[in-house]
Amino acid sequence: MDEAVNPTLPLPRVERQSPAGHLAQRCAATGSDSTVTLYEVPFLAQVELRVDPGEERCAARTAGEFLGCALPEPGRWTGHGRPHALWCGPGWYLVVDDSATGRGLAAGLAAAVGGEYGAQCASVVDVSAQRTVLELRGPRAREVLAHGCDLDLHPRRFGPGNYTHTLLAKATVGLQQLDNGPTYRLLVRASYADYLVNWLLDAMCEHVMEH
Amino acid sequence: MLLIPCPWCGPRDEAEFRYGGQARVAYPEDPWALDDTAWAEYLFVRDNPEGWFAERWFHTAGCRRWCDVMRDTATNRVAGSAPTGASLTEVTK
Ligand SMILES: [Zn+2]
Repeated sequence: MDEAVNPTLPLPRVERQSPAGHLAQRCAATGSDSTVTLYEVPFLAQVELRVDPGEERCAARTAGEFLGCALPEPGRWTGHGRPHALWCGPGWYLVVDDSATGRGLAAGLAAAVGGEYGAQCASVVDVSAQRTVLELRGPRAREVLAHGCDLDLHPRRFGPGNYTHTLLAKATVGLQQLDNGPTYRLLVRASYADYLVNWLLDAMCEHVMEH
Repeated sequence: MLLIPCPWCGPRDEAEFRYGGQARVAYPEDPWALDDTAWAEYLFVRDNPEGWFAERWFHTAGCRRWCDVMRDTATNRVAGSAPTGASLTEVTK
């Protein structure tokens, strides 16, 4: 019997589900612009770029031309608007774009770093499904992070343009500061998203009380 | 808690790292020439000084690179760090 026409089988789910999508309502109901807000920025295209030390200059030039921004220095991110290039480690970058698909971005970047010699001078992998992105914004955002992050986030040490991997409430996250709002982006593994959003909502409690 | 200076990320909390034991334990040039005792010595036996010690740390939650750190095992003072293989400031009393 042909399974495709069996009416008793449920149809596969077609709509995409983001890792923290089920918590969107609770996020929207917590906090305000004058304190701190939390929301998910789901389905961003994320592509990992890995470069051998010997290929660094070639990759920086070809990838930089494609991205429209230079590859970032350690601890930094670059890009105005879209896409962003984030420094993750030596020879290890993450390109994040909200106007492309992971596949499209990976194909474009792979072509860019492969154009010169017919062979790629860097490895390009679509990792869009690995992490989701949370945005924590508002005057109290820094205090909320301080509940679970040992990093010194004082403006003189960490400001717009900084990106780093660290621990937040024991979960490995990428921490990116976008502006002086301050607005922080947290790149968290999909399987940790539920835990981290719940932790953040709890940490936000004392900062969002009306006085 | 130790504050470990990652050569790339700067000073970070010990919780972000994994310990890798003594640094600069060279792989035997000709492993086949070693007898069981010498091989076991290479695999398992490490220095255990009281005082300055060059050791390896892996920045698990950060840049995911190994680095060598010079640490005083008695006081936990850290004198410096360097990428694996690069020269590390030797400290003597
Ligand atoms: Zn590091």
